Amino acid sequence: MALEFKHVTKQFQSNSGEMLTAVKDVDFRVEKGEFVSVVGPSGCGKSTILSMTAGLYQPSIGEVSVSGERVDGPNPHVGFMLQKDLLLPWRDIISNVEFGLESRGLNRAARRAKAMEVLNACHLGGFEQHYPYQLSGGMRQRAALARTLAIDPEIILLDEPFSALDAQTKLLLQNSFSKVIAEQQKTTLLITHDLAEAVLMSDRILVLSERPGTVIAEIKVDLPHRDEPLKRRNLPEVSEYAAQLFSYLKLEEKAF
Amino acid sequence: MTVAASTSESKPKPVKAVKVKGESKHLYVSFGLLVVVLVMWEVLPGMLDVPRYIIPTLSDCLAELKNMYAFDKLLSHTASTAIFTILGFVIGSALGAAIGYLLGMSPFWEKVVSPYILALQIAPKVAFAPLFIMWFGYNSMPKLLVTVLIVFFPVLVNVLQAMRTVDRDLVNLARAYSLTRWQIFVKIEMPSTLPNLMAGLRIASTLAVIGVTVGELVGGNVGLGYLISYGGGQANAAMVFNAIGILTVIGCVLYMVLERIEARALHYLPKDSH
Repeated sequence: MALEFKHVTKQFQSNSGEMLTAVKDVDFRVEKGEFVSVVGPSGCGKSTILSMTAGLYQPSIGEVSVSGERVDGPNPHVGFMLQKDLLLPWRDIISNVEFGLESRGLNRAARRAKAMEVLNACHLGGFEQHYPYQLSGGMRQRAALARTLAIDPEIILLDEPFSALDAQTKLLLQNSFSKVIAEQQKTTLLITHDLAEAVLMSDRILVLSERPGTVIAEIKVDLPHRDEPLKRRNLPEVSEYAAQLFSYLKLEEKAF
Repeated sequence: MTVAASTSESKPKPVKAVKVKGESKHLYVSFGLLVVVLVMWEVLPGMLDVPRYIIPTLSDCLAELKNMYAFDKLLSHTASTAIFTILGFVIGSALGAAIGYLLGMSPFWEKVVSPYILALQIAPKVAFAPLFIMWFGYNSMPKLLVTVLIVFFPVLVNVLQAMRTVDRDLVNLARAYSLTRWQIFVKIEMPSTLPNLMAGLRIASTLAVIGVTVGELVGGNVGLGYLISYGGGQANAAMVFNAIGILTVIGCVLYMVLERIEARALHYLPKDSH
């Protein structure tokens, strides 16, 4: 399996000094090549899960492992992407894509070649000399995906990468991300608050409770076209899945 | 930048024509204003019977400039001032930037020394000039030190401020890619703080001229500052006017050079937010 959380609990010291439990006894696995989404109310510790997978901090109790290896620091097998594209504004697109390769002992020509390859896979060929400010929001997120793929990660972590985009761009970008991820057969963990997005893009969805976050449901999305959300979107079952998520999150009770 | 250029070229012609006319209009008015002021400067003192040792006319100043060139080694004084302005600026801003980056990397030491930095920043740096003369004598050292001191702080404060506001997510990204502390500094923190460093350098360049001038005014017998005090002593107002004019030109040239460098270095910032 690609990613495993074994009874993971994470506590933080809050500013007032008391201990705050962000996630509690989270336990799940992601198989190789699988696309799993994590949904939950805001503040339920979704991003904590992501940061622990990336190795930015360690669990208080339990263990996180990637490809069978315990994660105890920044991990070269994990690529992550946030809502912000985090492109370096002073670098052109191809140098941005190369950024993650620069600590890996590759020579310049090899880095360039690898970066060109992923840029083409992300349909950004021809834009390698552009600077980030010259690209649209959607293209910038595609460049960020290219940077993430360039390091050949075993697992990709996506933290709400589409939430800052307008509705149309979002649909197109979900489609292009799904295609690229399917082509490259990457294991992916998507953190999102968009229920439809979770249904359209995933093989499996984990539903987290409110803080302290813990997995309250696991839904297998048994629908075709995982690599093409625009097609999956037209299936009637999609709304049933979304309704199911909706009820798990007890959103009716909160509506008024 | 190429994109920006091509989009402005593809604009419809009438709009472009209006824009060019609007752009050059303020240049004409600006130039016109200069001519009016110069003519008034030349004509008014004579009409109002103001003696030339109070306000010399434009032609008085130009004649004096010729004299200064012929008898007062104007060129060597100018060169000395220009060289020490640049030297003081380079040393002061290099020190300011270096210490700014060092403190920026260590929040502990930043907290330890920041009250003293604030105090020194408020202290009037030019007032140190007589002290430096007592310590180092009537040579170029005092004016260099005053300049270094006055240039140091705006650069330091700007760099420090920028180091505090580097995007934490960018640093985390670099950490996730296993970059070393030094690589994070060179690849993330240095370029992130470049716009603030450049702003600090621009402020510092205008202060450098003040530092050198005060140093020369207080002691020594070289430089435009010396010519100001020498001219003042002889009631030669035209000489003072000329020296001030040349000092201003030195400051403007330094400022413009920095602006050029900045435009080159920060080419990746979109024009409107720049």
